[in-house]
Amino acid sequence: MTNSAKRKITVAVTGLNAVDSPGPGVAVIRGIRDCEDFDVRIIGLSYESLEPGIYMEGIADKVYQIPYPAAGTETLLSRIEYIHAIEKIDVIIPNFDAELHNFIKISPLLKEFGIATFLPTNEQFESRDKVNLFKFGEKHGFLIPKDKTIYDLSELPAVAKDFGYPLVVKGKYYEATVAYTLEQAQKAFHKLNAKWGLPIIVQEFISGTEVNIAALGDGEGNTISAIPMRKLFITDKGKAWAGITLEEQSLIDLAEKFISATKWKGGFEIEIMRTQDGKPYIMEVNPRFPAWIYLTVGAGQNQPASLVKLALGEKVEPYTSYAVGKLFIRYAWDLITDVSEFQKISAFGEL
Amino acid sequence: MKIHSNLAVSDSGFIFNPSNGDSFSTNAVGADIIRLLKSGKSLADIKKDISVKYEVEPTVFEKDYEDFISQLQDHFLVNND
Repeated sequence: MTNSAKRKITVAVTGLNAVDSPGPGVAVIRGIRDCEDFDVRIIGLSYESLEPGIYMEGIADKVYQIPYPAAGTETLLSRIEYIHAIEKIDVIIPNFDAELHNFIKISPLLKEFGIATFLPTNEQFESRDKVNLFKFGEKHGFLIPKDKTIYDLSELPAVAKDFGYPLVVKGKYYEATVAYTLEQAQKAFHKLNAKWGLPIIVQEFISGTEVNIAALGDGEGNTISAIPMRKLFITDKGKAWAGITLEEQSLIDLAEKFISATKWKGGFEIEIMRTQDGKPYIMEVNPRFPAWIYLTVGAGQNQPASLVKLALGEKVEPYTSYAVGKLFIRYAWDLITDVSEFQKISAFGEL
Repeated sequence: MKIHSNLAVSDSGFIFNPSNGDSFSTNAVGADIIRLLKSGKSLADIKKDISVKYEVEPTVFEKDYEDFISQLQDHFLVNND
């Protein structure tokens, strides 16, 4: 087989905000570009004009802005229809929690256009939602910290009395704060409500070592890939700035059990708190690849490229090994560009 | 007492625990002890090997050995079974 036999594909990817609390888009694109089976054209889909991935060399071949999730599915579909008419997209990979609901909803229509996705079903998506996670754990035999979903500040004291301090106050989509007093919990409630809206999730605090797993399920209960990682350096926003792959079969088993129980379709991340006596509590399940997904490529399991293949209907064999002790270290880099580039994406929504 | 079999020790004394990502540094004697523990040698054999290689009095070695093992236990690098 020669290089000319490589399949030419166009993949559209969101999450180009490679900032201190990064979206996964740039890492996903790097993974897809590293795969030698494709001759790929990447279409970046951005929300804001200053997402670094818009301007980075060798990341997106073309970028289009898309409407915020709050604009609804019709507006999104209309924008994608416009982009597709120009770019002939083969696969779309959305990478934000907040946009996934819309993309899941329009995925049958995208399929009619000839655009493939590889997303969890709405039922799978909802089952791991912070609001439903405890029930999910009870049903499938996973350890999950106790939590309570609240809609009003007045509910907080009773929950705090029940859980004790410290406790964790979490936004519906993102962010969590550990509160040691009622005042701190109330402050966190206001802050998260202002940013992400209601409800707010109050969760029991579990002490231990945080370990994360990036995984890919084929939608039929099979695990294509699962790689555990421990954060070595954490930013003040709780994001990994450095991490290392681990060798721990119990973590792989946990990911496989999750995929088997849910028949999860697509990429996801499980955030685990391992207590000192080794009990793995699932803190969150993020329904998309994490921002550190390029570490899976470095460790020998290219999850983004495998997802593209699955979306295109190709058979993907499960990976059987990966490199333990592979590190990623994120870095900040001042990219220089011209105001004309900024102007194009700001004024025309394309670059 | 059993050292974790998957523990990685480099020539320079860098220890990596792949189960939880912890890493440590030790000196050449510590690295040798870990290698000997990993190979399944008994305390008597380790004492003999180290005493000969580093010309150390057995009583001094035993004291330092106990201290070193206690540090390994503190960092969950050995099982107490």
